[in-house]
Amino acid sequence: MTLMTYREAIRSALRDALRSDPRVFLMGEDIGRYGGAFAVSHGLLEEFGPERIRDTPLMESTFLGAGIGAALNGMRPIVEIMTINFSMLAMDQVLNNAATLRYMSGGQVNIPLVVRMATGGGRQMAAQHSHSLEGWYAHIPGISVLTPATVADARGMLLAALEEPDPVFIMEHATLYRLEGEVDETSGACDIRKAAVRREGSHVSLIAYGACVWKALAAADRLAEKGIEAEVIDLRVLRPLDSETFLASVAKTRGAVIIEEAWRTGGFAAEVSAQIMENMFDVLDWPVQRVCGAEVPAPYAKHMEDASLPQVEDIVEAVETQLV
Amino acid sequence: MTTRTRRGGKKSRLSNELELLRQMLLIRRFEERSSELYQIGKIRGFLHLYIGEEAVAVGAMQALTAEDAVVSTYREHGHALARGMSANCLMAELYGKANGCSHGRGGSMHFFDVTKRFYGGYAIVGGGLPIAVGLALADKMAGRQRVTACFFGDGAVAEGEFHESMNLAKLWGLPVLFICENNLYAMGTALSVTHSVTDIAFKGQAYGVPGQAVDGMDVVAVESATKLAAERIRKGGGPELLEMRTYRFRGHSLADPELYRSKEEVQRWMERDPIPAFEKRLRDTGQLTQAGRDEIEEDVKREVEAAVEFAEAGPWEAIEDLTRYVSSR
Repeated sequence: MTLMTYREAIRSALRDALRSDPRVFLMGEDIGRYGGAFAVSHGLLEEFGPERIRDTPLMESTFLGAGIGAALNGMRPIVEIMTINFSMLAMDQVLNNAATLRYMSGGQVNIPLVVRMATGGGRQMAAQHSHSLEGWYAHIPGISVLTPATVADARGMLLAALEEPDPVFIMEHATLYRLEGEVDETSGACDIRKAAVRREGSHVSLIAYGACVWKALAAADRLAEKGIEAEVIDLRVLRPLDSETFLASVAKTRGAVIIEEAWRTGGFAAEVSAQIMENMFDVLDWPVQRVCGAEVPAPYAKHMEDASLPQVEDIVEAVETQLV
Repeated sequence: MTTRTRRGGKKSRLSNELELLRQMLLIRRFEERSSELYQIGKIRGFLHLYIGEEAVAVGAMQALTAEDAVVSTYREHGHALARGMSANCLMAELYGKANGCSHGRGGSMHFFDVTKRFYGGYAIVGGGLPIAVGLALADKMAGRQRVTACFFGDGAVAEGEFHESMNLAKLWGLPVLFICENNLYAMGTALSVTHSVTDIAFKGQAYGVPGQAVDGMDVVAVESATKLAAERIRKGGGPELLEMRTYRFRGHSLADPELYRSKEEVQRWMERDPIPAFEKRLRDTGQLTQAGRDEIEEDVKREVEAAVEFAEAGPWEAIEDLTRYVSSR
């Protein structure tokens, strides 16, 4: 096992893929000479050259579309978009082409495309770099949406995505790039079908993904001090969603709090909440609670940004109002 | 007469010229029949007819080999037929039948045939251009000497993806043949109302992409210009832009009341109908007789009627298969 950061784990997966599969190449803004906006691809240009580490002009729509075209024609492209806010410029290609061509062609084509992007707030980047829009992606049939929360998943999920026949979008929370963890550098693809129980407990299920998993774990520590044992579910994959794991947890704990940075209205937490209601109505001791982002464009000032995002205290409070 | 293989795989005993005529007539009759079938409700959704523009698809496809790729638009019946997709599978797709080329999931705007490297009709204007760039990128990276022909209309030239795709294709030296079918209207809005510079071929210059305007009503001119461009691209010359100046005789779709253009303007263009014009040339040079013309007409009508029968007889996709093909797994 090797201690490495989340960023290094992604890089190690990229390097392994580039070494083992000649069809793999990287495409995106500032991924080569600059080394990546989040330094994920640092050093790869030197090792693999400009044919395979392709700096693109600023044209999210066209380089994502070019990724689709290359995937249709035998390549294994990995496209990086700096942030999920920028990916809005490519949303036409995501929805109307990447997610759709297989169906629309009656199954004649498939698009083995991997797209990575940074998501989420907490770094005072204000309203055009900080949102959590992965729920929008998870709304779309025909693609997979992965949200690695751990260093091991950062590596294993990328390798797993490269084994998928259809488009996979990996949303990397920007505050996680410096997270450290132990990883087996020889490990391959990990499972991308199941959610994970990150902490076992019997009193309440805290359901989260991405960086919010760590906030849920911190909240579970605090709750434990008060005698409340919280189970923490890391959804890991938003589409296709593993409902079984969180429903099994709720069957045990009879209460759930869903945590996500995205806006409450129409967010992914609403989908999880609805599934719990549909399947566990008779089991629940209290109404499902959501701890979500405030309904504002992400503000810049730290105190305002903190107030706009789910915090550990908010999670603790949501549980206590129901259980204490 | 020489024998050549039609892209559908069937042997044609027609000369190259007569084959061009046959293909244009096939597209014309296929669409006239589709229009009738639309009026009686056999075909629904949108139906965007290519009538008037046949010389572009037929001429341009002559420059492509079976290994080359084609990216099309929602006005794609002509492209698909000229590429050699069968009238049968296309008509069945218009009907929404399971034996249609896209198993009833695409309809008029989304024909696909990967065996013909026909990578689909794109109905988001401009959305096919980046796909073409990517197809060509893969060919270049793999060292294959192929061309990707990308069809789009004058409306797409206003979209950002046109400019982005021209830039990226040139920057990376990709083998893309951009073919703009300039029929003067983006749906119901004239080129002059939507473009500060209406010379589309000229726009290539901003990206170092050679551009050329071609008489899109003349199948021989289209064939000749496309062959030369494709040859240069295949030799590694990088992308080129051809502006085919053409006109659609029918409305944008069958839902179009045509309030935005005059009958006189349509009439003027119809006098330049590519099919009679080419027929006259063939007669004048002794390549076409009345008997030959009649035979082609009969042949084409049979093919279209057979397609209607094929579509009528085709099964509907089972509702149990509604979600089939959303994902590979």
